[in-house]
Amino acid sequence: MASLDRVKVLVLGDSGVGKSSLVHLLCQNQVLGNPSWTVGCSVDVRVHDYKEGTPEEKTYYIELWDVGGSVGSASSVKSTRAVFYNSVNGIILVHDLTNKKSSQNLYRWSLEALNRDLVPTGVLVTNGDYDREQFADNQIPLLVIGTKLDQIHETKRHEVLTRTAFLAEDFNAEEINLDCTNPRYLAAGSSNAVKLSRFFDKVIEKRYFLREGNQIPGFPDRKRFGGGTLKSLHYD
Amino acid sequence: MSFLIDSSIMITSQILFFGFGWLFFMRQLFKDYEVRQYVVQVIFSVTFAFSCTMFELIIFEILKVLNSSSRYFHWKMNLCVILLILVFMVPFYIGYFIVSNIRLLHRQRLLFSCLLWLTFMYFFWKLGDPFPILSPKHGILSIEQLISRVGVIGVTLMALLSGFGAVNCPYTYMSYFLRNVTDADILALERRLLQTMDMIISKKKRMAMTRRTMFQKGEVHNKPSGFWGMIKSVTASAPGSENLTLIQQEVDALEELSRQLFLETADLYATKERIEYSKTFKGKYFNFLGYFFSIYCVWKIFMATINIVFDRVGKTDPVTRGIEITVNYLGIQFDVKFWSQHISFILVGIIIVTSIRGLLITLTKFFYAISSSKSSNVIVLLLAQIMGMYFVSSVLLIRMSMPLEYRTIITEVLGELQFNFYHRWFDVIFLVSALSSILFLYLAHKQAPEKPEPEPELELGLEPP
Repeated sequence: MASLDRVKVLVLGDSGVGKSSLVHLLCQNQVLGNPSWTVGCSVDVRVHDYKEGTPEEKTYYIELWDVGGSVGSASSVKSTRAVFYNSVNGIILVHDLTNKKSSQNLYRWSLEALNRDLVPTGVLVTNGDYDREQFADNQIPLLVIGTKLDQIHETKRHEVLTRTAFLAEDFNAEEINLDCTNPRYLAAGSSNAVKLSRFFDKVIEKRYFLREGNQIPGFPDRKRFGGGTLKSLHYD
Repeated sequence: MSFLIDSSIMITSQILFFGFGWLFFMRQLFKDYEVRQYVVQVIFSVTFAFSCTMFELIIFEILKVLNSSSRYFHWKMNLCVILLILVFMVPFYIGYFIVSNIRLLHRQRLLFSCLLWLTFMYFFWKLGDPFPILSPKHGILSIEQLISRVGVIGVTLMALLSGFGAVNCPYTYMSYFLRNVTDADILALERRLLQTMDMIISKKKRMAMTRRTMFQKGEVHNKPSGFWGMIKSVTASAPGSENLTLIQQEVDALEELSRQLFLETADLYATKERIEYSKTFKGKYFNFLGYFFSIYCVWKIFMATINIVFDRVGKTDPVTRGIEITVNYLGIQFDVKFWSQHISFILVGIIIVTSIRGLLITLTKFFYAISSSKSSNVIVLLLAQIMGMYFVSSVLLIRMSMPLEYRTIITEVLGELQFNFYHRWFDVIFLVSALSSILFLYLAHKQAPEKPEPEPELELGLEPP
């Protein structure tokens, strides 16, 4: 049964934005009753039909790695988290629509995962200021999801949604805004479900159908302590 | 006229402290969160400002700046305001924000926060009964009553923190306690972590596929709901769902293991960073300091024990005693009055600055460790409460470090408190805290694994994918 192909998608975001609820909703189509602190990383699996409805339909496993913690953690925690960022095929960035800081922190999250903040001298050059060029040659598909939509008052909705549209554009990504405690946002056939499906299809395509050589071009080797690169420990 | 000038100086300094508290809040504490309720920020900055003003007044007392009567007036006023904040405002807002977080009670927030505040006041009052703090001839709502209780809580906190800090400081600074961690250890642990994650993933894949086939066949996975549901599930349950619960249990165990491994790996990285840091100049300097501190801490613990066993409270402050020693034993003659003033100013100043800085750093670390976006308001207010009580009790205890002529103002303003009691209480709690920290750190040090153990049970338990 596990002989289906797999892709790995990271789910990143500040603590408390609703990543665990989102992952539970995506994988088990149920609302998470008792969300609690995620220590380390929790994984869940979604079965996805690539190119559903066409003759080339094929089923894949999508592993959703929900990495807990905050962007300002101690560097020892960041080094430990870095072990989950190997051979990533897609990234879902989650932010809280009621908390502007969580949206701003998404830049730092994406940089941490894409490992662009390490320069040869090891000094952190970016201080959170965003530079669109850094994302220009990024090959990993991104998706931006905003949670807690139900807590935004009707009058403020337009302003908030405009802001998140800019955010998604910065990442060159699609965006979905929903409430993780209500499954109807991802009901089959809704525009959100279509965007989600398209994102997963894109991730699968990049992984299996557009490969040039062994690695996705543009994904830098990770520099660890001592200079050696960590070998991929997954069965590929 | 001079009163107006003095007051304007005091108010300017208070505004400065307020600004500093505001900046600290925004830049340090709340730098990862969004400030939605400005009330919290204002309360924190106000508490900080008034606490610092108290210290400022002590310094003015020693340096004899400003008019004596205006100093006394400002003392009284400052004290009243701080007590008002610590006993009325902050607890009420803590209750209010706690209640706001609970969805059920959202409608009658004000009512429930008043109830919470009344409960707090009741326990606060009861706190003073078992302690022989003050003579019974004072009214109910006098300053002495409130200060005595605030003092007890604050002194307990101070002693706990000092005790733990006294033991933890040499433990962290000295590299003698650092375990030896190599890159190979870390890599081995990471490999175990990823292997565990892979096992979790393969089980979750089975579960996802089982759920999908069950869904496609038309069986819906019903969780037993209600009384009849439970009875039904005992007699007839689909094999698919039985399988699922079994696998779920295995997954739960594996997830717990992965969390442990994650924490251990983070710990190893932190130790490795500390080893690298100890090889730098700063690290070596702190290591050296660590040895000094450990001697100082042992001395402090020894002194606390002596104080308790022999039931003595120091009568003279270190400044006067130091001067006595120099004059009597070393035979050096100098202008005692002049030097005593300056030395006590420097000593008291150092104590104040280090305790403020130490407290702010500890508060920040604590805040980062335990707060989330929901509870950040409550935690900041709790920290403001702790900070206020801590500073009030520092004023109580600092009296011991000052020569007699400067103690009078504190005694006058704070009324007839049994100061000796507070010192004794501090010594007791300090001793208890230091000894339990030693025990705790010893156990924690012992438990940490030196090398990753072999994992025979995992290798045997691998199932074919």
